[in-house]
Amino acid sequence: MRVRTLAIGMLVGGLALTACGKEGAPADDVTGGGPSTTAAVETDVKVEGSATFDRMTQNGKVVIGVKEDQPGLGYKDPTTGEYSGFDIEIARLVAAKLGFGEDKIEYKTVQSAGREAAITNGTVDYYVGTYTINDKRKTQISFAGPYFVAGQGLLVRKDDDTITGKDTLKGKKVCSVTGSTPIQRVRDEALTEPGNIVEFQGYSQCVDKLLTKEVDAVTTDDAILKGFASQDPDNLKVVGDTFSEEPYGIGLPLDDKALRDKVNDILETAIEDGTWQEIYDSTLGKSGSKADKPTIDRY
Amino acid sequence: MSNILFDAPGPRARARHRIFAVLGALVLAGIVAYVGWRFYDSGQFTGRKWEWIQYTKIQEDLISAVLSTLQAFALGAVLALLFGAIFAAGRLSEHKSIRRVSTFVVELFRAIPLLIMMFLFYYGLPAVGVSMSPYMAVVLGLMLYNGSVLAEVFRAGILALPRGQSEAAYALGMRKTQVMVLILLPQALRSMMPTIISQLVVLLKDTALGFLITYEELLRFAQRIGGDGLFSRPFVPTALVVAGIYIGLCLLLTWLANYLQKRERRSKKHIELEGGPTKDLEAAVLAGRTSGN
Amino acid sequence: MNILIDYWPLFRDGFLTTIELFLLAGVASLVFGVFLAMLRVSPVPVFRAAGTLYVTVVRNTPLTLVFLFFVFAYPYLDIIEMSFFTAAVVALSVYTSAFICEVVRSGINTVPLGQAEAARALGLTFGQSLAEIILPQALRSVVPPLVSTLIALLKNTTIAAGFSVPEAGRIRSVLSDDGENQLVGLLWVSLGFIVLVMVLTLVQRTLEKRWSVAR
Repeated sequence: MRVRTLAIGMLVGGLALTACGKEGAPADDVTGGGPSTTAAVETDVKVEGSATFDRMTQNGKVVIGVKEDQPGLGYKDPTTGEYSGFDIEIARLVAAKLGFGEDKIEYKTVQSAGREAAITNGTVDYYVGTYTINDKRKTQISFAGPYFVAGQGLLVRKDDDTITGKDTLKGKKVCSVTGSTPIQRVRDEALTEPGNIVEFQGYSQCVDKLLTKEVDAVTTDDAILKGFASQDPDNLKVVGDTFSEEPYGIGLPLDDKALRDKVNDILETAIEDGTWQEIYDSTLGKSGSKADKPTIDRY
Repeated sequence: MSNILFDAPGPRARARHRIFAVLGALVLAGIVAYVGWRFYDSGQFTGRKWEWIQYTKIQEDLISAVLSTLQAFALGAVLALLFGAIFAAGRLSEHKSIRRVSTFVVELFRAIPLLIMMFLFYYGLPAVGVSMSPYMAVVLGLMLYNGSVLAEVFRAGILALPRGQSEAAYALGMRKTQVMVLILLPQALRSMMPTIISQLVVLLKDTALGFLITYEELLRFAQRIGGDGLFSRPFVPTALVVAGIYIGLCLLLTWLANYLQKRERRSKKHIELEGGPTKDLEAAVLAGRTSGN
Repeated sequence: MNILIDYWPLFRDGFLTTIELFLLAGVASLVFGVFLAMLRVSPVPVFRAAGTLYVTVVRNTPLTLVFLFFVFAYPYLDIIEMSFFTAAVVALSVYTSAFICEVVRSGINTVPLGQAEAARALGLTFGQSLAEIILPQALRSVVPPLVSTLIALLKNTTIAAGFSVPEAGRIRSVLSDDGENQLVGLLWVSLGFIVLVMVLTLVQRTLEKRWSVAR
């Protein structure tokens, strides 16, 4: 008897779940990116001596690690499952030049805390997601790029005038994401007391805490913060000058110099022939802010 | 059982109990109402915060998140049961060295927090060139920790069996392995069923730790949708939905186990333990060995 | 070895926070767990039902989700503002007390019937017989499982690392930020926990020995 009740219950529940299925994105979707700038897919690409490239060729697809919770940079629309943003376009471009079209790309969301592990584990072939190039990380993985230079900024509540820049953070609760450069800088430069540093797994959680007034500022790269501010302009604003340089790189396995050189070539060409600008204008540039072209750093 | 603690209430006690009952019910209702009202008041029940549940894509994601949770649970449970059986046998071995090694392994993995184990597998091992997916790290952690606990459960179950069982088996000319595999383990498994199940419930809940090492499971789903600005960050709605699913799954598992056990009982293949120590033993083992997360 | 020396303040503070978290949550969940057990054997059906409901819901919810609730949903209730540390203590206590309740209840069941009957014959009320006759005996008989539950609590404190409490589980992420070898760091953390668990096991044995004579 109980079995039947349960089975019926589940059936009804299942029906209720599927009966009112909506497709596509909500009407007031401000974050969805436009159609991607489709670069021509190269054929017969060869990268001599690259274990990663061999693996990609063998699998017939490329697995790219990205972010999914950063509007404008790397964002996955939960209603359609599609990724959009500046990082995503760069990832697509690199894949195309390596000979992998959109249908051969598998995006994999990797949060900040798991990036090094995902690259060294081979979970992803390469990683494009607000990944700041620094020397500590270079001991674990290698970077191609930079393909963009951001700077650390502050996101605060609209009605809060007490925070104007990095030197006004003392005594304020500052939130960022575990395993990210901004939180390290706050800690290293003692911008606020150690007890006031708050860490979560994702930026959206920090933003939530900002709105419930449990933290006073969210800090990370301005590019990311602008995305959040534009989602909720009535309550949030980005303040102050940026106080760091965050060169974003494409994360690759540590020993794969061949692929790194190849990706650097691809990026360099894109920056020179205007593709980079096109990508920027169609994504981050929509907010009206300008950006300087980065210079590739081959180390 | 509980009525030994108080007499059958007389008229005055009944009146008092009625007052208590009303007061208690009022307090409880008050708490629930307050929570509900606050959530309502802070806009947790507005359409916008629940809109996400209508999208086909999100429903599919939810189902696949449930499936990933179940996938980690299924493999973790099978491996943990195997691990438990092997090391329970090891701890009961006649060879001192095997006994020692098994005891060491079991005690070690029961002492290290499961989350730290998962961290070790996922973040630590790449340093020595061993790499694994979050899924494997979760499953391995679940296997080692719960397997160790289960080993203790099995051992307690085997030790509680009447000696006559193994003696009779030896008398029939069976070898040690045969006695263990054919006679002792199956009976211990049956008599320890409630404890094993409650440990499996623990295992199911522990899959949620995978969220902290980026395994894409149910809790991670809650966090992702819950943090999406598109629906003005519906943390509370997603947490409620996901909590319901977890509780449902755990109760379903418990219920399924009870059902299977009842059928087993009816088939009368099991034997009563001497002096009926099962109840106490179950209670003790249940509380002592497995109450962990 | 170097990591431990270089990052000694990190390890020290991390484990101190872990111990603090453990002690606070341990005491809170013992008190609340015993209270829940009293509810579950109370003569008033509503109380029994409330106790059972609490235990069923909490025991079947992952601790991580309990954390998620207290860190992200609780602030909307607008009661008292909690720091992340307090939230962690509350989450751990709410979770662990359900298990303590079950242990204590099974302990109450092991107290011989005659004890309760004698108490009733003497005219003690439910509250008196529970507080003065049954519970003291019940608690003694469940020392081993009680301590095991507390050991589980100790290990569970690591989850707070995901919710902005700088305890031992968090050491890894700082090492990772600095590009250090996480394997070595994590092995030290494991060792730290093994030592703490051994201490608790020792406490368990001592209490068991001392109190088992009492009955």
